Amino acid sequence: MSVKIYIPRDAAALALGADRVAKAIEDAIAAHGLDVTIVRNGSRGLHWLEPLVEVETPEGRVAYGPVKARDVASLIDAGLVEGRGHALCLGKTEDIPFLKQQTRLTFARCGVIDPVSLDDYRAHGGLRGLENAIALEPTAIVAQVTESGLRGRGGAGFPTGIKWKTVLEATGGRKYIVCNADEGDSGTFADRMIMEGDPFVLIEGMAIAGLATGATKGFIYTRSEYPHAIATMAQAIEIARRAGVLGPSVLGSGRAFDMEVRTGAGAYVCGEETALLNSLEGKRGIVRAKPPLPAHKGLFDCPTVINNVISLASVPVIMDKGADFYRDFGMGRSRGTIPIQIAGNVKHSGLFETAFGLALGEIIDHIAGGTASGRPVKAVQVGGPLGAYFPRKLFDTPFDYEAFAARDGLIGHAGIVVFDDTADMLKQARFAMEFCAIESCGKCTPCRIGSTRGVEVADKIAAGIEPEKNRELLADLCNTMKFGSLCALGGFTPYPVVSAMTHFPDDFQPAPIAEAAE
Amino acid sequence: MNIHQPRGDVSGRTLAIVEDLKGLEGPLLPILHEIQQEFGYVPQDCLPVIARELNLSRAEVYGVFSFYHDFREHPAGRHVLKLCRAEACQSMGGDQLAERAKRLLGIDFHETTPDGAVTLEPVYCLGLCSCAPSAMFDGEVHARVDADDLDALVAEARR
Repeated sequence: MSVKIYIPRDAAALALGADRVAKAIEDAIAAHGLDVTIVRNGSRGLHWLEPLVEVETPEGRVAYGPVKARDVASLIDAGLVEGRGHALCLGKTEDIPFLKQQTRLTFARCGVIDPVSLDDYRAHGGLRGLENAIALEPTAIVAQVTESGLRGRGGAGFPTGIKWKTVLEATGGRKYIVCNADEGDSGTFADRMIMEGDPFVLIEGMAIAGLATGATKGFIYTRSEYPHAIATMAQAIEIARRAGVLGPSVLGSGRAFDMEVRTGAGAYVCGEETALLNSLEGKRGIVRAKPPLPAHKGLFDCPTVINNVISLASVPVIMDKGADFYRDFGMGRSRGTIPIQIAGNVKHSGLFETAFGLALGEIIDHIAGGTASGRPVKAVQVGGPLGAYFPRKLFDTPFDYEAFAARDGLIGHAGIVVFDDTADMLKQARFAMEFCAIESCGKCTPCRIGSTRGVEVADKIAAGIEPEKNRELLADLCNTMKFGSLCALGGFTPYPVVSAMTHFPDDFQPAPIAEAAE
Repeated sequence: MNIHQPRGDVSGRTLAIVEDLKGLEGPLLPILHEIQQEFGYVPQDCLPVIARELNLSRAEVYGVFSFYHDFREHPAGRHVLKLCRAEACQSMGGDQLAERAKRLLGIDFHETTPDGAVTLEPVYCLGLCSCAPSAMFDGEVHARVDADDLDALVAEARR
């Protein structure tokens, strides 16, 4: 029987040479006349080990990494095809501690299966949630999602079931499901990994959302910076359509649902849901004032469910295993699991799916193993460019929506960026303002003008010009932006700025004026 | 700088793209993407054609075109090097890498080398934050980019 060797096709693996490794392995197989099938899987999320090559053995999958093309000859000689030892051998994949400590619900198949094989997807429990949903009334589907406690994984944390209920009850002939896959936050890549590693789970989740609310059309709005995700999603949608998972009669239910992928054009603000809707309609990505809510008047003024990729991709497991199963994970009002994305200056980087409630310090020091540079951790930014910088003294904060909010932070899309002690927090605060100025849609004044003034004030502090007065001014400006902006871009930019000032005041002291020599 | 393109058929090629895509719901972004794919940039002569076919004003079409960072008004260099400027890449020396790229190429961000070889652009996150710093060179992604990798990319672009 042919041996299966898995080489990821995830963008992170490709960026580290996975295609060159695949080519080298193909050549070696041909040269040695070996009976091997190469599967291009998604990523397991152990990104410091990418490209991670796996071999299927009778005892389970054995991992090797990080593999470079030049390692292939020695790997083959050492007995890669039989899963034998080598300096790069990591043992059985599922025994690698980083993976073993996780609770993989949403990412259960990511990195395990061939992402564009519907048979593989079914063989690993796929489509069971959709089949269950077809047997239920829309109200019962909505009730199950509500009872699971699932909240929006894009960052706002709004209960998904409530959103769906509003759309179900909204009148109107046409309704839409929009998937927000505009994952622009630095430090986040969970959406990309799902789209590249298990696209059918997103399709299934959107189809369930369609059945639950009476919507028959879905859009995935993703970023032009994600060409691999776009290609994989488009391919998977086509396969799902041919197999009758999508189309006029979803799995023979007689109920229609179809979808397409749309590509953004490099505007960060389009990750904001109303700007995204405008962009989908072919307009400038300008934020809309709420109300009306998208659930009432969304895409083309029709009732619209707009959910993040991970929210939608978590629905199939809820419909498969039940609301109780999902709700039993987590803490407080944060139920289920959260795919934490560990990035930046960190030793063990990647995706770690776990129940809510893990302490931040546990993630940074133990799971991630501290910094890649080996220097002390100075700050971690949680929740993307609009998230607060936390110092070590807040490392006891549990990963939970409310616990982070109580400490003037946010978990956002659950990305963590680690900085070592060489980071200059005034510079990071300035960058937050600069980024806001570049990406502001321009509709509201606090965001459009406040961000530019913020950069100028930060520069004055750095130059030692009236530092005390300017620190006060910066804090005041942040207050105006926080309470006066129309959306989270202007409203949350103060989080990194204020947290940097609060927790790292030394970095906001005037630069020592260089003494003249002698 | 439009010497690469015969100007005469811009309108005809635009019309063909618009005809092909105008049945989509919200067709303007897909059309602009396709035009950029076809010409390498969005020639301004396309805009009135799109406006007419979609029954929009020229101002509306120009407004959309100019809102998005992706759409170019002028052709890029033969190669495009995008460096990620966001936080995760900053934490792994992205700023120093950007300075090196600027120095090697003798240009700033959003500029093209005088020989037309390379355009240098910032990008805010390629989703490769776990293997920072990252770059995209002619659509191909690169991660854990160090000074040597950057030098090799620049050398390839210059060849």
